[in-house]
Amino acid sequence: MSNAATFDTRTDSAIPMESPLAYSYRRSGAPATGPASRVTLRERALLGHLIVRGGAIALDEAVRGVLGISLPGQPQTLVQDASGERSIQWLSPDEWLVIVPGGEEFPLETRLRERLGSAHYAISDVSGGQTLLELAGEAARELLMKTVIYDVHPSHFPVGKGVTTVFAKAATMLRRPDEERWELVVRRSFADYCYRWLLDAGAEYGVNVEQ
Amino acid sequence: MFYIYCPYCGEHREEEEFRPKGQAHIERPAEPEACSDEEWGNYLFFRNNPRGVHHEMWVHAVGCRKFFNVTRHTVSYEILETYKMGEQPSITADSQSLPREVAAVSHQEGVWA
Amino acid sequence: MSQSRQPVYRLNKGGRIDRSRTLSFTFNGQHYQGHPGDTLASALLANGVDIVNRSFKYSRPRGIVAAGAEEPNAIVQLGSREAAQVPNVRATQQALFDGLTARSTNGWPNVQRDLMGLVGKLGGQFMPPGFYYKTFMAPASMWLTYEKYIRKAAGLGRSPMEPDPDTYDHFHQHCDVLVVGAGAAGLAAALAAARSGARVMVADEQEEMGGALLDSRETLDGKPADQWVSQVLEELVGCENVTLLPRTTANGYHDHNFVTLHERRTEHLGETAPLENGLRQARSRMHRVRVGQVILATGAHERPLVYAGNDIPGNLLAGAVSTYIRRYGVAPGRQLVLSTSNDYGYRAALDWQEAGCEVVAIVDAREFPAGDWVDAARAQGIKIITSSAVIEAKGSNRVTAARVARIDIDAYQVCGPIQVLACDTIASSGGYSPVIHLASHTGVRPIWRDDVIGFVPGGVKGMQACGGANGTYALGDVLAEGVEAGIKASVATGHAAQAVSLPSAKRLQQGVAVALFQVPHEKPTLRGPKQFVDLQNDVTAAGIELATREGFESIEHIKRYTAMGFGTDQGKLGNINGMAIAARCLGLSIPEVGTTVFRPNYTPVPFGAIVGRHCRDLFDPERYTALHQWHVERGAEFEDVGQWKRPRYYPQARAGATNGERESMSEAVARECLAVREKVGILDASTLGKIDIQGPDAREFLARIYTNKWEKLAVGKCRYGLMCKDDGMVTDDGVTSCLADNHFLMTTTTGGAAAILEWLELWHQTEWPELEVYFSSVTDHWATMTITGPNARALLAEITDINLDRDSFKFMEWRTGNVAGVPARVYRISFTGELTFEINVQANYAMHVWQTLFKHGGKYGLTPYGTEAMHVLRAEKGFIIVGQETDGSVTPEDLGMQWCIGYDKPFSWIGKRALVRPDTKRENRKQLVGLKPKDPKVVLEEGAQIVFDPNHAIPMPMVGHVTSSYYSPTLNSGFALAVVKGGQQKLGETVYLPMADGRTFEAEIVSPIFYDPKGERQHV
Repeated sequence: MSNAATFDTRTDSAIPMESPLAYSYRRSGAPATGPASRVTLRERALLGHLIVRGGAIALDEAVRGVLGISLPGQPQTLVQDASGERSIQWLSPDEWLVIVPGGEEFPLETRLRERLGSAHYAISDVSGGQTLLELAGEAARELLMKTVIYDVHPSHFPVGKGVTTVFAKAATMLRRPDEERWELVVRRSFADYCYRWLLDAGAEYGVNVEQ
Repeated sequence: MFYIYCPYCGEHREEEEFRPKGQAHIERPAEPEACSDEEWGNYLFFRNNPRGVHHEMWVHAVGCRKFFNVTRHTVSYEILETYKMGEQPSITADSQSLPREVAAVSHQEGVWA
Repeated sequence: MSQSRQPVYRLNKGGRIDRSRTLSFTFNGQHYQGHPGDTLASALLANGVDIVNRSFKYSRPRGIVAAGAEEPNAIVQLGSREAAQVPNVRATQQALFDGLTARSTNGWPNVQRDLMGLVGKLGGQFMPPGFYYKTFMAPASMWLTYEKYIRKAAGLGRSPMEPDPDTYDHFHQHCDVLVVGAGAAGLAAALAAARSGARVMVADEQEEMGGALLDSRETLDGKPADQWVSQVLEELVGCENVTLLPRTTANGYHDHNFVTLHERRTEHLGETAPLENGLRQARSRMHRVRVGQVILATGAHERPLVYAGNDIPGNLLAGAVSTYIRRYGVAPGRQLVLSTSNDYGYRAALDWQEAGCEVVAIVDAREFPAGDWVDAARAQGIKIITSSAVIEAKGSNRVTAARVARIDIDAYQVCGPIQVLACDTIASSGGYSPVIHLASHTGVRPIWRDDVIGFVPGGVKGMQACGGANGTYALGDVLAEGVEAGIKASVATGHAAQAVSLPSAKRLQQGVAVALFQVPHEKPTLRGPKQFVDLQNDVTAAGIELATREGFESIEHIKRYTAMGFGTDQGKLGNINGMAIAARCLGLSIPEVGTTVFRPNYTPVPFGAIVGRHCRDLFDPERYTALHQWHVERGAEFEDVGQWKRPRYYPQARAGATNGERESMSEAVARECLAVREKVGILDASTLGKIDIQGPDAREFLARIYTNKWEKLAVGKCRYGLMCKDDGMVTDDGVTSCLADNHFLMTTTTGGAAAILEWLELWHQTEWPELEVYFSSVTDHWATMTITGPNARALLAEITDINLDRDSFKFMEWRTGNVAGVPARVYRISFTGELTFEINVQANYAMHVWQTLFKHGGKYGLTPYGTEAMHVLRAEKGFIIVGQETDGSVTPEDLGMQWCIGYDKPFSWIGKRALVRPDTKRENRKQLVGLKPKDPKVVLEEGAQIVFDPNHAIPMPMVGHVTSSYYSPTLNSGFALAVVKGGQQKLGETVYLPMADGRTFEAEIVSPIFYDPKGERQHV
């Protein structure tokens, strides 16, 4: 166990949590689906997000042992467990984003730290600092072309890819977990900007928001 | 708008993801106290401004956040290579491996300047 | 509504227009009719509208000259109402729609009766190049007045004064092959690339793809050429890997094959974008395309001949005459004289005659014209006058005659008698200029080719030019070049070439063209009638000649002196002629003179398309904390701090006010400050940067990056740190806490968060990769609520299980526990000088904790305060703000923070070396001090300059400036922080602040700590 402080910032009690889009729903609303809707936006709120940094070999072993999936060693890759609920995205040669169901992040961090022992690594809980948005529908890709500078053509962005790139004038981690969906991980403080952008850019596709 | 190959991400990315960080291969003197004021001033402030091949440091700011080096032709703006931090360039101003079209561009530019 | 006129020049048959439907439109208040398929220009010509504008400088009447992007005159203002105004639209590029409303851009009060024209006529002789510079130079103070009228007179369109009702888009595109231009070469290239499986985009600026094939006299496989166009387009439309973009202009070609395309999506449908499926759609779209291989198939612009009176309405390009006849069913006159230097020009005469109009004569500069089309003209019985040219057009509002004479090109003179041919239309052709603009955008110089009498694009990596853009004009060669370019591009992007069989084009026999640019006149250029080179900018051959006589030799200087090729024209028609004239005057060849640089954009792009969606409330990201909703509901006024929106103050209803009147900022800030000093205040401090630092070398890293010491900071403790750059100047500050031996949490300034994280990574990645440490931003993960004031402990104690006892939880320590039932890290640090707890919880719980504090806070006088009160409170304590007290030239010692410098640390930390230079040790450096105005009611101006002697002659030596200044409700006085030369040794001395309005304030230099100098209150 490395000499770092761990701290479970989540509580089990019935204390209300607000997702990063709570303000946005009140301010901008959530457009309902219409006959011309070709894209759907959904927030997968309050998940567990961990930034894991360290050497790939040590981390891979630990992650396999704890999560049962291997650490993506290739740049721009995204791996998921069989359920699709847990994922690891390559961010840099020594940095990965792990997303798990809300509440699993602290036990996961604890078990990873146990496994990693004295290796040099870092785990930072960022669950309160970002949220995951999901885009689905036939116009999702076109909406992304208006939004991110990265090439989202299927030949260049197959399922299982994930990148960090520019979202309008902010940044996002863009991932493609399966054929139907795109995922955008955005920072909490930028979430309202991203939400308003997607509603505006998606208007011509009749974007609707599932809550 | 440059198209820059990030040696860590292993692919070309749009310039908007990067930030330039000035001349590459500037090492901080190992013993700053042993430097004269002039030497320290040179380290801090004096930079090359070549017409032709230049080595620059960039950071993939909206991406992997890694710093790396770029060999760029300051006339044609062509990026001749990118390489990781700690590595040395294979193309330099007087290297033989300068691609022919780069030489051609600088030549042509010279005629018309 | 006035009576619509019958379209006088509309042909009964032919053209690609739909005569079964009629569209109404308005030009300069007159109503006209046209058909679907018309451009505004073709419809105006059909209706016999000769004058479409007044010229830029001389205000001469001008008519339509061309049929495409190169049109210099027919530049109109669109829009029937204010919000729909669009300036600078070429009538030749605007599809006609029902209800279109357009006006001339120039001409006041109108184009037919133009007041400025009088000035042009009278002043024409006296308006040489540089006229405005020379005439309106003095007095300088009058320039603004002159400029207003000059601009009104010039008139280059105007922007709407009401908000644009439309939306605009950007699309980020990536493709293997981009084909610019969908004429013969472009379509052939696109076909070859498409079949290889490459990702192909084809952009063409016209309403219909096909380019010159749409009005060609030539056949492909024995059928009209446009049938081949349809066949190719049908195949391309069916290819999933091909994106066809009609009405799309490639406007800019930038580094590394980055091309901007402007797609006019609804401009042909109406003034504003119609709804699609009931949903609003973007009017224009900017495609920002990263391309593997660019194929320039942009064709060529016909070059007009430069002769006297060549700007009178009725002078057209020969090719444009053909296009209007064959594509739009308009013969824009009755009697044509054609002046040409080549065989291509003959096309216009043949088409004109076939349309049933009279060809008065073909005037050919060559002695022995020969070729298929020359033969055809002869067979038709058309009179051909050889070795001659139209030397002057006569007429005022429309051509009435052509003066024709034998010329000697080499001797540059008229060498025979002049005959006058009555006509209403003069078409001219001086050959073609390849459209090289896009390649020039990249910075490469074009290459002159004598064989095609024109410049072709220079070499750009990943770019090929084919067809007309490459100086290749014979249809069969154009098609073959297109296919070759398409195949090369496919292979270069990793695709296998596929066979493309080309239709057969009959090879035309053509005579050799002669290089003719400016036609000689019987009078010398400087004394003869005006011969226009650049119609849009009113540049004449005489102007260029004069420029060379005045000593301008570089074509770039001649361009700037005469304005040739300026503005939205970018030298499409005139540049080569201008260079040829300059070359003649300077006794050089054209390649020796060289070209000017064509710049983006190729044709004007509306601001909407440039801006896209980055406007209004999406102009820039607005970053919000997790408590933003609360601040909004509480009526906070916000302040921009970087991209964050932070509450600046929370105005309340003014005491006793019945009309809902709220406090002023100063009233609110005073109330908020006193609440903190006397009771308890709360600040949303979530915006502070927070960096999680882990690793065995974390402590060593901190010691190198901060100026002060970190080796002994124990777990559970916090420490203030200063960061310098290696020049010794302060760059950031903040509190860093030791969470575990190998684990620290660094806070940075709100604005510096991203830059500091990058700064740490820079040093770690480039200089000290051996240090085992990682940095991650956790700024957004935590919400930070600062409660501060004498009642802070009592309030927090009600909702936490943390022992807050002063001896158990000391100043500059942190603890974990539950606050309002939520796991929290609480830091006992202070930026106000009062007893303070900074409560940090995961941001998703922030609202709950904040509201719980307010549930309990009433009895303690809990008051939310904003950044303005925060500034006052910290300044009273002499706490600096990096970027306010510092400006990149301030050392820690200048700030009086010697206590924060560890000169004896083993590693030579960032900034240390520079701090021992004589200059940074100098005693008269500007140093941080407090300023107490002699009049306590005075609040000094931030930025005000400080002098020691107000009676010193101007310029007075300035010795410093005010960095922060506020009114303190606690001190009942204005007070300020300032930097003053040698100030730390001048406590008690008086300084003076002379203001712009003549007043001079006096202030005393005091300690920067105005309140609780011993720091007792934060320790209670």
